[in-house]
Amino acid sequence: MEKTWNNKAWFLVLPVLLLVAFSAVIPLMTVVNYSVQDTFGNNEFFWAGTDWFTEILKSARFWEALQRNLLFSFIILALEIPLGIFIALNMPKKGIGVPICLVLMALPLLIPWNVVGTIWQVFGRVDIGLLGHTLEALGVDYNYVRDPIDAWITVIVMDVWHWTSLVVLLCYAGLVSIPDAYYQAAKIDGASRWSVFRYIQLPKMKRVLLIAVLLRFMDSFMIYTEPFVVTGGGPGNSTTFLSIDLVKTAVGQFDLGPAAAMSIVYFLIILLLSWIFYTVMTSSDADT
Amino acid sequence: MASTIKYKPAGNLSWLVSTIYIVFLMLPIYWLINMSFKENSEITGTFSLWPQNPTFRNYMVIFTDPSWYNGYINSIIYVVLNTIISVLAALPAAYAFSRYRFLGDKHLFFWLLTNRMAPPAVFALPFFQLYSAFGLIDTHIAVALAHCLFNVPLAVWILEGFMSGVPKEIDETAYIDGYSFPRFFVKIFMPLVASGIGVAAFFCFMFSWVELLLARTLTTTAAKPISAIMTRTVSASGMDWGVLAAAGVLTIVPGALVIYFVRNYIAKGFALGRV
Amino acid sequence: MSFSWMAWTLPTALFFLTILALLIGMSIWEYFAPGGSPRTGILRFETTRGDRLFISLLGAAFIHLAWLGLIGPNLWWALAIAVVYAIGVFRFV
Repeated sequence: MEKTWNNKAWFLVLPVLLLVAFSAVIPLMTVVNYSVQDTFGNNEFFWAGTDWFTEILKSARFWEALQRNLLFSFIILALEIPLGIFIALNMPKKGIGVPICLVLMALPLLIPWNVVGTIWQVFGRVDIGLLGHTLEALGVDYNYVRDPIDAWITVIVMDVWHWTSLVVLLCYAGLVSIPDAYYQAAKIDGASRWSVFRYIQLPKMKRVLLIAVLLRFMDSFMIYTEPFVVTGGGPGNSTTFLSIDLVKTAVGQFDLGPAAAMSIVYFLIILLLSWIFYTVMTSSDADT
Repeated sequence: MASTIKYKPAGNLSWLVSTIYIVFLMLPIYWLINMSFKENSEITGTFSLWPQNPTFRNYMVIFTDPSWYNGYINSIIYVVLNTIISVLAALPAAYAFSRYRFLGDKHLFFWLLTNRMAPPAVFALPFFQLYSAFGLIDTHIAVALAHCLFNVPLAVWILEGFMSGVPKEIDETAYIDGYSFPRFFVKIFMPLVASGIGVAAFFCFMFSWVELLLARTLTTTAAKPISAIMTRTVSASGMDWGVLAAAGVLTIVPGALVIYFVRNYIAKGFALGRV
Repeated sequence: MSFSWMAWTLPTALFFLTILALLIGMSIWEYFAPGGSPRTGILRFETTRGDRLFISLLGAAFIHLAWLGLIGPNLWWALAIAVVYAIGVFRFV
C-alpha cells in the first residue's frame, strides 16, 4: 500500500512512545550508569570505569553460559522447525478435527512458564513422575537432578513440548493459505509428494517459517523460567544459561555493577540479532 | 466443480501424526491433573495412573485460603490492566505505522521490536529501582506497566499487520463523507479490525499471564501473582505436591478458556498478522 | 521521589547526550535533505542514513568490547577505530 508522508503521525505514536520510554529507556540508562560503578548499597556509588566489562569479557563463566545458550538455541531450532513442519503437513485441513487440533496444540503455549517448569519437574521425577518412573521401570538410568546429560535432555524435551506448537500453527497458517488450484495443477502434472512440498508448500511457508525461526531463536536465547524451575541451572552449572547467570548475579549476589555490565553485553548481542532479524524480514517483504 | 478434487496430505496415516503429537502434549498435563485429585500419601506412596481415591481436598485448600486465591485475583487484575493499556496505546500507533510514512518511522518500529526481544532479566533490576522510586512496588499497576515493555510492541506489530489489510480507500471515503478522525477511527475503522484487536488483546493477555520474572520481582505480598505464590508456599510447607498440582491446573484454565475464542486467529497472531 | 538511584555520572551523561545530539543532528539533516538517500551498498540491501548511523553505533559498541576483551582498558584507540569504521559505513554501506 502506498503510504503518504505525514509527520503529524508522530502524535498518534506518542502514547506508545511515552509508555515504552518509561519502561525501557529509563531502565536502560540506569543499567548503563550502574555498569561503570560499584556500590555497597545505600545508593552510594563509586567509579569503576570499564573494569566490569573487562571482568565479564575475560570470565570463563560468561563465555560458557553464552556457549551453552547458543548450543541450546541451535538444538531447539534443529528439532522444533522440522518437527513443526512435519506435523503441520499432516494436520487435518477441514472438518471437526481442525478446531480440536488447534485448541489442544495451542494449550502448552498458554501455561505460565514456571508451571511448565513445575509440570516437567514432576513429570520427570523418578519417584512420582510418569516419565521418570516409566524410564526407571524400563531400566533406563535417568535422573535429571544428578546427571547433566539427563538435565539437558529434560530441558530440551520440555522446550520442544512447550514451543513446537508455535511452529506448527505458523506453518499451518501458511499451508491453508495455498489455493486449491495449485494442488490441482500439481496433480495434473503428476507431481510427486516431494515436489509438491518443495515447489508449492515450502515457498508458501517461507515467510511464516522465517518468523518461526527467529521467534524461536530469540525466545530460546533468553530462556529463564522453565530451566530455572526444573534444574535451577544445575547440576553444577550445566544448564545455567545467560539469563539465569544474570539473575543470579543481579538478584542473588546483588552485584549491581557486574550484572549491569553483563546486561549490556547480553543486550548488545540481542540487538545485533534482532537487527539481522528485522532486516531480513523487511527485505523479504520487499521481495513479495 | 474442480474444488471437489482435494489434495490428500500424506496418505491415510496423517491423522496418526497429529494424534501422537497431541498425546505427547497432553501426557504431562494429564499427569498434573491426575496428581491434583490425589492425596499426598498416594502421590508419594503408590504409583497409579489415575486417582485411586479421588479427592477435592487440594482444590478446597486453594479456594478457602485467601493467600492462595488472592494470587489468582492479583494475576487477573494486572493482566487485564496490562491488556487494556497495551491495546489502547497500540491502536493509534499501529494506525500511524500502517497508513503514514513519517520521520524516523522505520527506526521507531525497529526500536519497539527490540524491546520485545530484550531479555526481561536485563530489566529486572532497574525496574525494581524505578518502581521503588515511584512508590509503586507491590501494586498491580507496576506489573501491568512493566509488562507493557514487551506487550505494547507486540500489540503494535499485530495490529499493524491487520490494519495494513484494510484498504486505504475506506479512510478516504470516510473523510470525504465528513467524518472527523476520532469518529472515523471509532465508528468505522475499529469494527473493521475487530478481529485484530481481539487477537492483540489475546496475545497481551497470554504473555502477561505466562510471565513470571518481572511479576515476581515487582511484588512482595499485596499484588503477588499466583505463579509466584506457587513457588513460595510449596517450598515452605515441605512439598505439598497435591496442592501444587491443583494450583498448576488452575493456572491453565484461563488460557484454555480464551484460546477457544481465538482458535482461528491464533496462527495469524503469531505471524504478527502477516500470513 | 528521588532519582539518586539512577546513579548518574559525568561520562555516562556525556555518552547519552552525544547519542541525543546525533539523533537531533540526523533529524536536522533529514529536514534539509529529505528521503534519507537510500542506496544499496556492499551489504546488498537498501540502507538509509539512519540505518547507517545504527550500523555505525552498534559496530562501535562491539569494537569497544573487543578492544576491552582482547587488548586493554585504553579505549581511545577503540574510539578511533570506531570513527574510522563509521566513516567507512557512511561511505560504502
